[in-house]
Amino acid sequence: MSLLPSTPVTADNLLHEVALLRQKGCRLVTLTCLDTGTAHEIIYHFDKGYEMNHLRLPLAYGQRLVSICSLYPAAMIVENEIKDHFGVAFDGLSVDFQGRLILSENAPKTPMNKRCGMEIDARMLPPVGAAAAVPVTTASGGAA
Amino acid sequence: MSRRTVIPFGPQHPVFPEPIQLRLVLEDEKVVEALPVVGYVHRGLEKLAEQKDFQQDVYLIERICGICSFMHAQNYCQGIESIMGITVPPRAQYLRLVWGELHRMHSHLLFLALLADSFGFENLFMQTLRCREDVLEVMEITAGNRIMLTTCCIGGVRKDIPADQLDAVHRTLQRVHGQLKELGSAFADNYTVSRRLKDVGVLSKEKALELGGVGPVAKASGLPMDLRATGYAAYRDLGFEPVVEKNGDCYDRMLVRLRELEQSMDLIHKGIRMMPEGPLAEAVKGNPNGEAAARIEQPRGELLFFIKGNGTKNLERFRARTPTFANLAPLMHMLPGCELADVPVIVVSIDPCISCTER
Repeated sequence: MSLLPSTPVTADNLLHEVALLRQKGCRLVTLTCLDTGTAHEIIYHFDKGYEMNHLRLPLAYGQRLVSICSLYPAAMIVENEIKDHFGVAFDGLSVDFQGRLILSENAPKTPMNKRCGMEIDARMLPPVGAAAAVPVTTASGGAA
Repeated sequence: MSRRTVIPFGPQHPVFPEPIQLRLVLEDEKVVEALPVVGYVHRGLEKLAEQKDFQQDVYLIERICGICSFMHAQNYCQGIESIMGITVPPRAQYLRLVWGELHRMHSHLLFLALLADSFGFENLFMQTLRCREDVLEVMEITAGNRIMLTTCCIGGVRKDIPADQLDAVHRTLQRVHGQLKELGSAFADNYTVSRRLKDVGVLSKEKALELGGVGPVAKASGLPMDLRATGYAAYRDLGFEPVVEKNGDCYDRMLVRLRELEQSMDLIHKGIRMMPEGPLAEAVKGNPNGEAAARIEQPRGELLFFIKGNGTKNLERFRARTPTFANLAPLMHMLPGCELADVPVIVVSIDPCISCTER
């Protein structure tokens, strides 16, 4: 498999590497989060003069990550989206949507992960105030 | 002391063809803070793309957006082609350029119509949409559909444009050219229109770069940033210079699109004249195995697809970063300091596409 040419970074030196790219005048294009099945992986895409730079950061499940909002304010929106879709928690977000940027409260949790947090079909949820007609199951199989 | 009020602008609002909410904090009539609230049309298409066959994904990804649909399909195909090492035949590259630029034209004309609507110029709105109908008619003649062309496939295109239809494209664009001259002067030279748009929603060049603005938003602020200059598809043969303005206000964002309309017509005429004969598509063998970051210049700016294949027919990951998503941060910077009455014009000036943004 041919991977994108990228610079490996860790959670510890991420801000340093991003600051270097900012000094060079790079523009933040976006972030991509992947679930490899054993861990998360976040790729930071930058551009300068139509040439792309990619930083690749492996992240254990449940590990928190520092936000790059302080260097690139526009990262706030995409980091919130990753929080919605993958459940990655960011420290230092300028605005934290609490996992509700894209998803509604009845939506499945972290749907882009290989194993979603909760398998909920929002259409099966009872009206507010009524008793639960359909048991909601969690990923581990138990009733919630 | 002025009183602070929070106004939910949208999700249903006359200037929004699609639902999005802006939470505006006002001091009297002045906006002091703005926050986007999205999620009303999120369909989970990235997840669905991982569950479909990578060939079926062409149809799915084309439906991310109902305005620049062809370019979504083209960018996805270019990404898969780069992973699989497929060389697209030259005629297919030119056909992609023609359909892509037609899409840019109808998208920019829709923008101009909605902009006219946002400042209450209903007659201009209708005249611009009448002009757009001619472009949609050309797409129907050449592809059989007005918007969802579904002519792009991995390896090339699935349909040719015969010579008589190419002549029809030339003739129609000449008619559109005449209409655009009249419309252009109504937009660019009208005193009322320029007073309504000049010095409104200003974004400096430095802020456009820092906040990651793309497309006409960045170009109106003086950033010569247009991926067509990299020469993908047939652009390398035709020569390309980005349209740039410098003031970064609503007027310049409108002007960039007006000038891009002329540029698109030139590119289509040139592309048709230089179009070589030959096959339409290369055969696709096997499954994609690898990663690609494919980029293309949509009407609203840079579109990025991250595609990861694992050697099976299903993709490991498909990620789309659309231009409106990138332009949300610049929009949130433009709004503080403006009057509430200017908000519709400023929002429309970035030409927001919410279906793209939320996927």
